[in-house]
Amino acid sequence: MKTIYTDALVIGGGLAGLRTAIGIKRQGFDVIILSLVPPKRSHSAAAQGGMQASLAHSVKGDGDNEDVHFADTIKGSDWGADQQVARMFVNTAPKAIRELASWGVPWNRVEAGEHEVVIDGKNVVLNEPDSHHGLITARNFGGTKKWRTCYVSDGTGHSMLYSVSNQALAEKITIHQRMEAICLIHEHNRCIGAIVRDLKSGELVSYISKATCIATGGFGRIYRTSTNAIINEGIGAAIALETGVAELGNMEAIQFHPTAIFPAGILVTEGCRGDGGLLLDADLHRFMPDYEPDKKELASRDVVARWMEVHIRKGKGVKSRYGDHLWLDIRLLGEEHINTSLREVKEICQYFLGIDPVKELIPVRPAQHYSMGGIRTTPDGQSSTLSGLFAAGEAACWDMHGFNRLGGNSVAETVVAGMIVGEKMAEFLHSDAADINISTGTAQKFYDATASRLNSFYNPEHHESAFAIMKEMQEIMSSDVGIFRHKDTLTDALAKLTTLYQRSKRIKVQSKAPGTNPELTTAYRVQMMLKLALCTTKGALQREESRGAHFREDFPNRNDEDWLSRTLATWPNEAQQQPDLHYEALDIMKMELPPGWRGYGAKDHLDHADTAKRQAQVDAVLQNDGLDRFEKQQQLMPYLHLLPEEFQAKNDRVKFKQQK
Amino acid sequence: MKTVNKQQIIPTTSARTLTFNIFRHNPSDPSSTPRMQHYQLAETDTMTLFIALNDIRENQDPSLAFDYVCRAGICGSCAMLVNGKPSLTCRTLTKDLPDVINLHPLPGFALIADLSVDTGQWMQGMSERLETWIHNQHLAEIDLSQVEEKMDPQKARDIYELERCIECGCCVAACATAQMNDNFIGAVGINQIARFELDPRDERSAKDFYQLIGSEDGVFGCMTLLGCDDMCPKDLPLAQQIAFMRRKMATR
Repeated sequence: MKTIYTDALVIGGGLAGLRTAIGIKRQGFDVIILSLVPPKRSHSAAAQGGMQASLAHSVKGDGDNEDVHFADTIKGSDWGADQQVARMFVNTAPKAIRELASWGVPWNRVEAGEHEVVIDGKNVVLNEPDSHHGLITARNFGGTKKWRTCYVSDGTGHSMLYSVSNQALAEKITIHQRMEAICLIHEHNRCIGAIVRDLKSGELVSYISKATCIATGGFGRIYRTSTNAIINEGIGAAIALETGVAELGNMEAIQFHPTAIFPAGILVTEGCRGDGGLLLDADLHRFMPDYEPDKKELASRDVVARWMEVHIRKGKGVKSRYGDHLWLDIRLLGEEHINTSLREVKEICQYFLGIDPVKELIPVRPAQHYSMGGIRTTPDGQSSTLSGLFAAGEAACWDMHGFNRLGGNSVAETVVAGMIVGEKMAEFLHSDAADINISTGTAQKFYDATASRLNSFYNPEHHESAFAIMKEMQEIMSSDVGIFRHKDTLTDALAKLTTLYQRSKRIKVQSKAPGTNPELTTAYRVQMMLKLALCTTKGALQREESRGAHFREDFPNRNDEDWLSRTLATWPNEAQQQPDLHYEALDIMKMELPPGWRGYGAKDHLDHADTAKRQAQVDAVLQNDGLDRFEKQQQLMPYLHLLPEEFQAKNDRVKFKQQK
Repeated sequence: MKTVNKQQIIPTTSARTLTFNIFRHNPSDPSSTPRMQHYQLAETDTMTLFIALNDIRENQDPSLAFDYVCRAGICGSCAMLVNGKPSLTCRTLTKDLPDVINLHPLPGFALIADLSVDTGQWMQGMSERLETWIHNQHLAEIDLSQVEEKMDPQKARDIYELERCIECGCCVAACATAQMNDNFIGAVGINQIARFELDPRDERSAKDFYQLIGSEDGVFGCMTLLGCDDMCPKDLPLAQQIAFMRRKMATR
């Protein structure tokens, strides 16, 4: 058994993993990043539209601050988020933008003077003051009160990923490319590393680490139609689940993005609508104002995606040989804007659809996009139940997104969580808790179990195809655990997935060739992915309410009385066929923003008994004129103590002169 | 707005049977020898090489190795030689290709197996050698709670124009110098230096950049054949940047 020792192991080389590793290294510890692919090819690069941070430097961001960003995020989450974590996030996001600027991200900047933009289908002239010329600007995104999404054309994630990746090289962080962690080593509720498969040689290697972080992104590939990269199979979350100790939170909270091109499922950014693009139906009618008179195309993603599907169900979709779709119209934004600020969109339209979006409509339909759920952690980013295991970014349920994430808050989370969790891991490494008192025999035990699992695919009595099982799983998830959910279809899906999981135990791999073996890779991954699919489906079946992206046709209301809780899934015994679920209540009496109406979407939620009581307390504090906004916030819900000291400072902004 | 839209029917192409001649070799397997293997596949509408190769793997040959990540033309994983031409295969539609499609791994990079090459290690080596990051002595002193430094909006756009490179390796595969000289940094490397040279946040001088690329392994190794510029899937202005950097290095 080849063994590599390190202080910290970071699994995942996207933005969250890279930034976490930089933080650990800066505190003087050794760190190794494992990445499935070269880090610059990570799915973080696909974040086109931008990153939310309340810099408030463009005129449409005037008056923005952490409080507004916080409220937008909590409403977006349909009150499912951890409010302290959301506070930590909004206070750190402006610092993250500025750090990235210093590392080379060429954020688009404010240009003084008048310029024409499209708002709500009309041309409007904005006038930016000279004092703000050259500061970082922002565009509009869904579910936000202010224009807050900082961007680099529509290649924001690409620029961020390259800058952070280059910075990791500058800081001489060790990166092991094409390495996949497929089992966590743990004993007595303490994680001490991972068994890792070299995707080039096929060899297994043990990595022993005092602290381990999973930053492997989401698990969108359990669905057939997803905007996710094909590497987003959730193996990081799955190996955490397979410990039987770590918990996965809110796995049923799956986001569907309104504008995936049809039928390929490739994303075109929310920036299309943020910059003024419209959604049209088969009659070329702009239908979103009919459903959302206020926010229209720019309600939150869960709401827009749901109305789009409702509209298609009414027969208003455009018919095509692949099924129905709707149109995204960005023609009104003009050629120059599309060529400069939406050029990736233009390329995608040209190459995959053969159309020019300057002149033609883009066929779109919602597709799976984001996993709000993941490895449940404390605000420090550490697993609540498995010591020494941390998680950051989409792989984690940290939980700043609750049941719906706002556009622009995901790349923001990757770097912000990386900044915070990196510091917290270093703190852990400095402490006595970092000591490992586990024999190397334990690592050998996990190594042997992993090797024997891989060998099981060559059992001559096996006959199932890994590729066929993958396809069946994806079909079930897309048809039965999608935007609209119902007890009957979910029950059926759960039964079918359980059978499929049993079948996956009898997968036969044909190719015995050494080295990279794509069939073997699919075989072990699909077994793990089925566990995640079962968590998602069982969670969706049991949650008898609608919240954010989780919509039950048979329980269409949000129900705070019974369901203001986070679903936690575990898989304590390898022999069981389904996960165990239990629930963690969210305490309204500790919330800074008690549950209410989001400002878009359904109004008819069922209140919790504590809501009115807490709202009265909150109102009393907010009406106290003797306190400034920071003092009010600290009275309502202290959170600064949870942040590393260096990220606690107030964020400076250049004020607008006319501001009251 | 009430015009009949021609797009409402996605055009169908007449069904063809495509022949794929695919380079096969697994260096990890001592019994493997390089060879071409043939596959037949029924073409479908809007079929890309990504879809075609997955279909072949799932239904004909589970051992076939290739790399895809984003499948949307933005991550740079999937470049191959398609009928001899370096291309991003995820966004190459089969309807634009003849009935016979020859696929080879990208030359100039270590072969992992079949169509999979190690562009990642090559690119990381290039980044480390050229130090493709912002060099700024004051980086550690920046107070992140303070307002960011201003930057000319056009300058930011110009930097992004060069930063759009996705390190797919097409320029290296298309470069005669790179095929003859393993140490040549390629258009990808020269473009990286041009990007940092343009960036006011990077304090490196022309002399510093000369140390990195002022040689036959750098900007003076280019024979001006400019296959890089022809083959760049992101249409980066590589010829212009090579000329610019060469003049800059020669006249510093």
